[in-house]
Formats: sequence, structure tokens, C-alpha cells
Amino acid sequence: MNTTTIGDIVRGDREVFPPYLYEAYQSTRRRAPTLPLIDVPLTLSELTGPGPAISAIIPEDADLTRNAGTGGEAIGQRIIVTGRVLDDRGNPVPNTLLEIWQANAAGRYLHKRDQWPGPLDPNFLGIGRCVTNEDGVYRFLTIRPGAYPWLNYPNAWRPAHIHFSVFGPSMLSRLVTQMYFPDDPLHHLDPIMNAVPTEQARKRLIAAYDHNVTEQEWALGYRWDIVVRGPYVTPFESSASGEAKL
Amino acid sequence: MSTFPLTGSQTVGPFFSPALLREGARRNVLILPETAGERIRIEGCVLDGDGIPVPDAMVEIWQANAHGRYNHPADQGSAPLDPSFLGFGRSGTAEDGSYWFETVKPGPVAFDRDRLQAPHICVTVFSRGLLNHLVTRLYFEDEPANSEDPVLQCVPDDRRVTLLARREPAGAATVYRFDIVLQGADETAFFNV
Repeated sequence: MNTTTIGDIVRGDREVFPPYLYEAYQSTRRRAPTLPLIDVPLTLSELTGPGPAISAIIPEDADLTRNAGTGGEAIGQRIIVTGRVLDDRGNPVPNTLLEIWQANAAGRYLHKRDQWPGPLDPNFLGIGRCVTNEDGVYRFLTIRPGAYPWLNYPNAWRPAHIHFSVFGPSMLSRLVTQMYFPDDPLHHLDPIMNAVPTEQARKRLIAAYDHNVTEQEWALGYRWDIVVRGPYVTPFESSASGEAKL
Repeated sequence: MSTFPLTGSQTVGPFFSPALLREGARRNVLILPETAGERIRIEGCVLDGDGIPVPDAMVEIWQANAHGRYNHPADQGSAPLDPSFLGFGRSGTAEDGSYWFETVKPGPVAFDRDRLQAPHICVTVFSRGLLNHLVTRLYFEDEPANSEDPVLQCVPDDRRVTLLARREPAGAATVYRFDIVLQGADETAFFNV
């Protein structure tokens, strides 16, 4: 991949979170903010969030192999994707909603804007959701997604991935990200994955094959933990301490 | 203190709508008939650096109820909860970049022991091309408490206007207009939180 212009506007930890402008991913060019983000004190508004309330009312839908409502089963390599949601002190995040979406085994999304000539699977919607248990554990049954071709550069293919949306306990923990599969030769070509600034942080987006998760004559197992920012503030950040950054 | 390194963010991409905007996940209407408070409608567009509408964005909002209480265990304030109000909204954008919510105007919430914040709504923006979501706040232009708000005061004077929802000429409902400009001269002030 050629060198790319990388912007310096980043929200959150610069070792972990991608810059808004990463020119190799062309869609960032006219959508990335260019003015500095504003440091503000953390208040009750940021230390609360919709996670607890919304997670309590959304029904689970964690079997993507059979949730199309057709009575049929999705085609593809059946996989179990499981792991824990933790906060940055290692505490499990229980009872929080995860929403996922993915391409089918052929790499095609069921979406009106995805028109490449990969086959659709009438038994696969590619959407699911799950609420973590008391130990912060989630578990999906799905099929392994295929690689997906896109028009970002000539002959561009996205590595196989599953999109994850996570709420967590507060506004600070809100996260949308993507899980990748190990040993994929497309990783190093992908500007979206490579926008994550460090090798260590990129590796944390890759699930591990786990034979203890694999089930005999049923499904391959992958383990992927997600770490979100906890609702912790230093006195310097907190308005409640009376030392707000004003 | 971060002993466990965080998971990085990635874009929602172009294909999130079947999952994140499905029935039950999409939440344009935050209110029920019995919800307490002044009904307001929020309307706006998400625009890119060329002023072109962004048709594949998602806007989430989080707000206190009309009494100034969040539906969250960390809010131990004395204002009453409203069992008919969760406070979370999620809207996609249409081909013209537009999003909308029907909600109530939030009451003021505490800043610290002595001070209140001006009424505001937390706004989060996701889209293809955004590798990380954007965080900002909607304030109400006709709210006198804005001038004392400690978060709004962090925003440079010339950019504060981007966080003020404009009250539209009155029809049946009170409409506040809040456009979100991702890039350019009128770029919305986004927060590093």
C-alpha cells in the first residue's frame, strides 16, 4: 500500500483509536473533521448512557444461522463467536447489548447498496444481537463471512470481518468496531484495519481460534474479548470534584 | 489506570442499517402519550465537507427526562424518573441527509454540587467514512442558561453557534433544527470524550 496522509484529529487514546482522516480509506476525506476536538469536563451526561436501560428491553437474537425466518439454515462454515466485554480495569461488563452485522459466506451483504455479483443466501440476514451475561460473556452462532470487494482502490477486498456495536455502562463506553479472523492475507492491505495506529491495537481486533470453543461435528470456535472505557474519571476530568477543566 | 488496553474503533461502514435500524432498534420517537414534558421535534441534516448530504449516517441521542433525571443508576439525583421515558434515540439519515426525533425538552442536570448544566442532549454520529464516532451536544438557542453552561464555555466563541439548535417558526409542534456538519468552515464542534 502506498503511503497515505494521516490526519491528527483523534478522539480518545491515540495508541488505540484511528484518526478521522486516513486518506487510503477514501470515504474519510470529506467526512473527517478538520478542527481540533474540544476537551470538556466529564459530567453526569457522559458518565451515564443508554446502555443499561436499552439492554434491558431488547430481546436476544444470537443465532444468525437460523434467524431469517425461513425455516432454513444459512450456508457456510458454522462458527461460534464468543468472548467477554470488559472495562479498562478488567471488570466484566454485564447485561450490555451487542449488535452485529456481517456479509454472508460469499461476501455479500443483504443491503440494497451492495450490488456486487456475489450470491445472496435466502436463509441469511447477517444481523444479530446478544446481551452479555453476569460475567460479561456474549456468544453468537453464525457462519464465517466471506471477503468483500469494494471500490476503494483497484481490486480492493476487505478481509472477512463481523461488525460489532457495543453500549457498555456509559457514554464513554460506546463502541462500534469490527472483528477480524486470524491468518487472513488481506489484513495488511486493508486501510480500515490499518487506520488503527499500532500493531498491538490492530491485533486486538483479531479473534483467536479456540479449540475449546469448537464443538464436535457442529461449529468452529473463535474467541474475541472487547475492552471498553469504564465510567471512571480522574479528579482532573470530573466536574463532581469541583476541579473541572474550565 | 488503564491496565486493560481498549479495543479500537472501526467505521460502521455502509451496511449497518438492517442491524442497527431494524424494527425495535430504530428509535426516532422517544415519547409515549403519558411522557411528562414539553414535546419537541428535532430535525437536521448530516453534511460532509462539500456540503453534500450524508445518506448513510446514524445519529444517536441520550438525554435526561423533563425533570432533569437520567434513566441510569449513576444518576442519584432527586428529580423523579419517568417510567415512560428511556432517553435514548437512534435515527438513520435519509437520502437528503435528514434525521429526526420526537422527544421532550430535557430538564437541567447537575454539573457539580453547586451548579446546573443548561438543558442539552448528547449527540453521537456514526457513518461510513467515520473511523470513530463523533461526540457533541445539542443546546437550545432560546435557553438563557446557555451563557453559564460550563461545557459550552469550553467551546471557542465562534464555534458555539454550531451547538445551538435553532427554534423553527412555530407550526403545530415545537421544532428545533440541528444540522451536523462533519467538515469545513461551519464544522460542528466535536468533543474529545
